[in-house]
Amino acid sequence: MDLQIALLLGQDGIVNGAIYALLALALVLVFAVTRVIFIPQGEFVAFGALTLASIQDGKTPGTLWLVLGLSAVVAVVEIVVAARNGLLRRLAGALWWNIAYPIAVAGVIFVAEPQSWPLALQVVLALGLVVPLGPAVYRLAYQPLASASVLVLLIVSVAVHLTLVGLGLLFFGAEGSRTPAFSDASFDWGGVAVTGQTIWVVGASAALMIGLYFFFGRSLWGKALRATAINRVGARLMGISTTQAGKLSFLLAAAIGALSGILIAPITTIYYDTGFIIGLKGFVAAIVGGLASYPVAAAGAILVGLLESFSSFWASAFKEVIVFTLIIPVLVWRSLASRHVEDEE
Amino acid sequence: MKLKIVAAGIAALFAVGVAHADITVGVVVSATGPAASLGIPEKNTVALLPQTIGGQKVNYIVLDDASDTTTAVKDIRKLITENKVDVVVGSTITPNSLAMIDVAAESETPMVSMAASARIVDPGNPKVKWVFKTPQNDIQMSTAIVESMLNSKVQTVAFIGFSDAYGEGWYQEFSKIADARKLKIVANERYNRSDTSVTGQVLKILAAKPDAVLIAGAGTPAALPQKALKEKGYGGRFYQTHGVANMDFLRVCGKDCEGTLLPAGPVLVAAQLPDSNPIKKVAMDYVGKYEAAQGKGSVSTFGAHAWDAGILLQNAIPVALKKAQPGTREFRVALRDALEGLKNVTVSHGVVNMSAQDHLGFDQRARVMVRVENGAWKLTQ
Repeated sequence: MDLQIALLLGQDGIVNGAIYALLALALVLVFAVTRVIFIPQGEFVAFGALTLASIQDGKTPGTLWLVLGLSAVVAVVEIVVAARNGLLRRLAGALWWNIAYPIAVAGVIFVAEPQSWPLALQVVLALGLVVPLGPAVYRLAYQPLASASVLVLLIVSVAVHLTLVGLGLLFFGAEGSRTPAFSDASFDWGGVAVTGQTIWVVGASAALMIGLYFFFGRSLWGKALRATAINRVGARLMGISTTQAGKLSFLLAAAIGALSGILIAPITTIYYDTGFIIGLKGFVAAIVGGLASYPVAAAGAILVGLLESFSSFWASAFKEVIVFTLIIPVLVWRSLASRHVEDEE
Repeated sequence: MKLKIVAAGIAALFAVGVAHADITVGVVVSATGPAASLGIPEKNTVALLPQTIGGQKVNYIVLDDASDTTTAVKDIRKLITENKVDVVVGSTITPNSLAMIDVAAESETPMVSMAASARIVDPGNPKVKWVFKTPQNDIQMSTAIVESMLNSKVQTVAFIGFSDAYGEGWYQEFSKIADARKLKIVANERYNRSDTSVTGQVLKILAAKPDAVLIAGAGTPAALPQKALKEKGYGGRFYQTHGVANMDFLRVCGKDCEGTLLPAGPVLVAAQLPDSNPIKKVAMDYVGKYEAAQGKGSVSTFGAHAWDAGILLQNAIPVALKKAQPGTREFRVALRDALEGLKNVTVSHGVVNMSAQDHLGFDQRARVMVRVENGAWKLTQ
C-alpha cells in the first residue's frame, strides 16, 4: 500500500463519511426531539435519489402518488380532529399544506415537463416532492403515540420502514438508477484525482452542518427544538408546541435524507432498498455520539466512512462485519463511561 | 322430483370431483427483497403459461418468498398441505431452493427450481430425486468464460464478486477451471449488492495489473465495479456473468460496459441465432409473448427460466396423466418419472435431455458468448 492508494481510500472514506454524518445528524435530531429511533431515515435517501432519476427519465415519480395519498389522509384527520374540538378556523394552514401544495406539485409535474429543466430546478422539485413526506409520516404514525415509550416508537419505526421499502419497490421497481453528475470537473491534487462530485458532496454536507449549527444556535425555531429535546414538559410550559417541534424535526430529517440521496446518486447506483444500509451506518455513527451529541456523531460518521473504505481494501469480504462490529466497543465504552440510569418508564 | 334432486346432487358431486382433477401448480418466486429483479420477470412469465395442459385445466398459485429462506419453506409447506399442489416451481434463488428440497422430498412432490447452483440437483443427495431445475449450471458458464479468455491470450485475471452465495459459488467454479487451464487469478475481491463504493477493492485490483477482470454479480449492482475500474483508468478486458443479462444493466452501465463479454442463455440474443438452431423458434415465441404483455425491451433471461419450467411441465404432464389422476400421490410420482424421462425437449435456454443422474439436462447448446455493443447484446462467433 503506497501513499497514493492511502489518499484515494481516504478520499473515498471522507465522501461516504460525509453522507453518513448527515444521516447521523438527522437521527440524533429526531431522537432528541421526539425520542423516535428513525429507522426509515434511509428510505428518504432512496426516495430522493430515485425521484430525481424518475424526473430525469421523464417518468411520473411514484412518490407523487404517495405525497398525494398521505396528504389527503392527513387533511381528513386534521378536519375530523378540528371539527371535534370546534377549532375549524385554525385549519387554513393544514389545508394549504395538505391539499393545495400537493396538487400544485402534481400540476407542475404533469404540465411543465420537468425533464427538460436545468438540474438545479429538478433537484428542487425532487426535494419538494419528498420532503413533505416527513411531516406527513410524523402526523400519521408518531403524533398519536407521542407520549408512548421508546420501545413502542421503535416498533412503529420498523413498521414505517417496511411499509416505505415496499412502496419503494412498487414505485421504482427492483432495478437501480444513477443520475448525471452535478459537475464533470476533475482536479489533480498531489497525484490524486478528485472529481467535482466529490467536492459537491463534502461541500454540501459541510454547508448543511454549518447551516444547522446556526439554525439551532440563533433562530427561534431552532431554539424551540433544542428546548423540546432538553425537557419536553418544560418546553410546553414555556409555550412551545411539542407537536410542531416533532413535525419540524421530521421535516428536517426528510430534507437531509433526500438531499443526501441526491448527492450520492451520481456516485453510485441507488436501489429502492439502498437507503436502509446507508441509514444503518449513519445509525452506527449516531450511536458513537450517544444519540445526543452532534459533533461526536459527525466525527463518528467520518470514522465509519474511513473504516469502511480501508477495510474494503484489506479484507473486502469482511467489510460490513468490521463496520458494524465497531458498535460493540463503542457501547461497552459508553456503558462504562456513563453512570447507569434506570429507564424513564 | 326426489330423483331429480338426487341426480342434481350426484351431478354436483361429480362437478366437485372434476374440479379436484384440475392440475395445481404451486409457484414460489422472490418477487420482493434483494432478488426482486429476478423474481418479478418470473412472476410475470407465470401469468403467460398455458391454462390447460393435456386437456386438463391448470391452476397456478403464486406465492412470494421475499427472497427469504424461511418464508420460502413456509410457502412450499402451505402449497403442499393447503393447496395440495401436484408440482412446485421455484424458488428464484439458490438458498431458498436448497431449503425447499427437504419439504419437496418429504411430501413426494416434484419441484422445478429456477435458481442456478449445481448443488440444487446434486445427484449425490438422495432427496434430489424429486428436484429438477431450468437455469444453466455455473460451471457451464465458467468454462465458456475461461475458453474465451484463453482464446484472447489472457494470462492473469482478477475476480470481484458479491459477498454472498452467488459470488462465492462463482469463485469456486471459476478458480477450479482457471487452475486446470493455467489461468492465474491475481486478485480475489468481494463487495455487497448494496455497497455505495468499491474504491478499496478496485485499487487492489489495479495494483495486481490483471489482463482481464471477471465481475460476478447479478443485475444492475454488477455495474458498480466496472464503472469504478473504468473511472480509475483500467484498460483491460471485462467479463461479466449471465446474472447481468437484462436491459436495466445496460441502462445503468451505459458506455462503460462497451465491449464487455459474458456467457448467457441463447434466449438473450434469440433474434440473432441462425434459423437452423431449434432454440430460436422457442425463444422467439417467449420473447414475443412476454413483450406483448410487458412492453418492448422488457424481456430478460430470468423470466425465461420460468417459461422453460412451463415447457417441461407441458411435456411431462400429458405422460403422467395417462397413469394417474391429478391430486393423488400416484400422479406426483408419475409426473416425477415423466420429468426425469424427458428427452430432446427444446426450451428457450437450450435443449433438455434428462436422466437419473442429470436433472438439468443441458449441453453446450445452452450457452452462447455475448458482447455488449452500442448498448445492446450481440452474439459473438
